[in-house]
Amino acid sequence: MIKSELIQRIAARNGHLYQRDVETIVSTILDEITLALARGDRVELRGFGAFSVKRREARTGRNPRTGEQVSVDEKSVPFFKTGKEMRERLNEAHG
Amino acid sequence: MSQNVSEKALPAVEDLSRDEGAISTNSTSTTRTASAHHTVTRADLADAVHRRIGLSRAESGEFVEAVLSEIFNAIVSGDDVKLSSFGSFHIRSKGERVGRNPKTGASAPITARRVVMFKASNVLRARINGQRAIED
Repeated sequence: MIKSELIQRIAARNGHLYQRDVETIVSTILDEITLALARGDRVELRGFGAFSVKRREARTGRNPRTGEQVSVDEKSVPFFKTGKEMRERLNEAHG
Repeated sequence: MSQNVSEKALPAVEDLSRDEGAISTNSTSTTRTASAHHTVTRADLADAVHRRIGLSRAESGEFVEAVLSEIFNAIVSGDDVKLSSFGSFHIRSKGERVGRNPKTGASAPITARRVVMFKASNVLRARINGQRAIED
């Protein structure tokens, strides 16, 4: 499922809204999550999962192709932890 | 009417500072920055939708729920979900393996399971590092 399909599915269930409005709703939600992570905040959506930011220290890495040493700056990376309900739903049929 | 230090609504902290502290420990702002990282929830997302689209708060909340459950159902049914400039979710099936209880060191089997992998898009990664997207 890609973003446009997500929008179509929601629009199909909400006939009173234009697809354009549903598009805005979806992008508002994703933007809000992005902004929160950019601030360093955590986004916790019970049952679904939680988005957070993890810091990676600067390190000396290697170009795997040439073996050359390169310095890698410190950076922050997004992280998603699956929610309990989703984890359970994914594994309930598999005993 | 002594010194009213409250810039914004900080109920709990304000109450404390009102306790006639002889020495002012102007910790109001420090407390704020120390706990600056707060948690965004469904309610905050609904609020953003409410502000942006002007739907009622109740309806905004329903849409947040609808979007999340649509994504949830797609993932759970094994469908990859790709949200451009945000990221993608896909399922990885893991085989059974032998794990260890980190506390006791006793080995214990870990059953086969399905886990969700989230791969953030370059746009999201760049935004988190305070840059513009390099390419996506």
